[in-house]
Amino acid sequence: MFDLDLWREIFQSINKNKTRALLSGFTVAFAIMLFTILFGIANGLENTFEKFFIKTAENAINIRFGTTSKPYKGLQIGRQIQPDSKDLSYIEKEFGDNIEYISPRLSRTYQVKYKKEKGSYNINGVSPDYQYIENAKIKDGRFINLKDIKSKDKVCVIGRLVEEDLFLKESAIGKNLDLEGVVYKIVGVYSDSGGDSQERVIYAPYTTIQRLYIGNDDIGNITLTYNPKLSVDQGLALIQEMTSKLKNKFDVSPNDQRAVRIGSRVLTEKKRLNNISAGLGALIPIIGFGTLIAGILGISNIMIFIVKERTKEIGIRKALGASPKSIVSIILLESISITTITGYMGLLIGIGILEAIGSNLERYFITNPSVSSSLLFSATIVLIIAGAIAGFLPAKKASQIKPIIALRNG
Amino acid sequence: MGLTSKYSIFTYHTQNMLEIRKLHKSYPIGDRSLHVLKGIDLSVKAGEMVAIMGSSGSGKSTLLNIIGMLDEADEGEYILDGLPIKDLTEKKAAVYRNKFLGFIFQSFNLINYKTALENVALPLYYQGMKRKERQELAMFHLTKVGLADWATHLPKELSGGQNQRVAIARALAANPKLLLADEPTGALDSKTSHEIMAFIQQLNDEGKTILMVTHEEDIANMCKRIVRLRDGVIMEDTKVTQLRAEQYV
Repeated sequence: MFDLDLWREIFQSINKNKTRALLSGFTVAFAIMLFTILFGIANGLENTFEKFFIKTAENAINIRFGTTSKPYKGLQIGRQIQPDSKDLSYIEKEFGDNIEYISPRLSRTYQVKYKKEKGSYNINGVSPDYQYIENAKIKDGRFINLKDIKSKDKVCVIGRLVEEDLFLKESAIGKNLDLEGVVYKIVGVYSDSGGDSQERVIYAPYTTIQRLYIGNDDIGNITLTYNPKLSVDQGLALIQEMTSKLKNKFDVSPNDQRAVRIGSRVLTEKKRLNNISAGLGALIPIIGFGTLIAGILGISNIMIFIVKERTKEIGIRKALGASPKSIVSIILLESISITTITGYMGLLIGIGILEAIGSNLERYFITNPSVSSSLLFSATIVLIIAGAIAGFLPAKKASQIKPIIALRNG
Repeated sequence: MGLTSKYSIFTYHTQNMLEIRKLHKSYPIGDRSLHVLKGIDLSVKAGEMVAIMGSSGSGKSTLLNIIGMLDEADEGEYILDGLPIKDLTEKKAAVYRNKFLGFIFQSFNLINYKTALENVALPLYYQGMKRKERQELAMFHLTKVGLADWATHLPKELSGGQNQRVAIARALAANPKLLLADEPTGALDSKTSHEIMAFIQQLNDEGKTILMVTHEEDIANMCKRIVRLRDGVIMEDTKVTQLRAEQYV
């Protein structure tokens, strides 16, 4: 029941003893402020992880092939596993529904030259699907298309930074690029939000790479994206299935970890991210709880002091007919009021500090640190509970004060 | 109810405002026990004004505390206006103190951050009276002690005599059956003491029953009866001719 007179009593007591209230409130305000800032920074760290994480399509999978590390079915150890175009069609046939985009990736590093500018770049032989797997955005011209694949033309698409490095201020479209003596025509320039290294790559039709440098239809590694509707766990299951089917197809021991490696950087990173988030998620409540406990102990301590200071007043009130319950309410509600009000002040100050410094923290891997409104709500509840806990012992102590003893000390 | 009063053990409608029989009280001191009250028998009729005297350690303050329900006796009976006071819980004691008793202390015991009016209204707050009503009633009592103009002042802005008058107004606010005063003039100079005594006598004239602990003979002689305690027993209980305090003011 709302008792206006009781609240009047409490606010009179707080108002007439501002220093006392301020002193006890300070601990709480400070604790909550620290908590808010820590929480905001933790959120900021998570935001940063999220941002870095989205650089490649979330559902990309890399299949790499190497030499066998175990003998199997009478076959020797150290046998090179080399997939070709037929294996690509095999995967497409087996996992068709679950595959969104698929591309071979023949990776080479070449000296690249345009007029007097030159540099060493990664050349990837890919199919048109690769654009979507890598999340490359076409800036000028176009990406590799099916016609390029069929005709095995010497065309290439270069990264934004390759253009910047070699062509300086010029546009690269239509220019000829020298890749270790073979001249390619540039048909497109792309940009990629995944970072600088991703924009220093040159893409060419994989069939062209096969024709010019390999001489057969080996496809190197395979990159694909699975159906984005699959969950992380379904994605992991798909990887499992794909690994065992491919191992079977190439007569590789199921226990061989080297010959066929299906990795999804994204999936592992997602797991790692989840771990980091879980770690932060565990750490933050611990820190928050710690600061809150410190705040509660602080205010409880001061409330005990207040009760001691108010012993005589409480004795007078009891002599005038105050019940133990009314004494408990006064102390408890005073504690709750101080905790809640100053806690909220701490919260606002904390949010203010986050707002003020938030945008300057990006170089410390903290992006957009903030606290949600649901946190504000739960903070209110927590503060009220904290105030009640902090006030309970002192209130109990106060209610047990004997008026006769209280009045004698005066 | 068929029994006539002749056969009943307790008579609830006693004439006495206060009835105390064979009251004992001891305090533990270390592993020994100090017997402070050794069988007190005392009756006070409505409208009396009694001074309880005695040297320090005679038990007079303990007796007043037990009567004031701030302390409990080990043994014996205490009946206040027909109501046996025993097995008091804290809550019950609080209600009884509020309804039946008004306290006047030597050191006034006002709440220092409350105004005179708020101090007087406090017992009424604990009675659950509405704010407006209790402020009106508190103002009435403040006017009665002559401090209407000082209603919004804090205790530190008032003189000792004024503070004691605020305390008296507070003691009167809940219209108690019994006024208990513990050395009410102990902290005041003699002129102010006589003013306060004149006022207390006036209250007694109006019919209030008053019990007062004092160690000053002249103050005791302003009461109508003097009870002298020594070593926990009543040595002397005499009616006196009341000295009127007005003549000294």
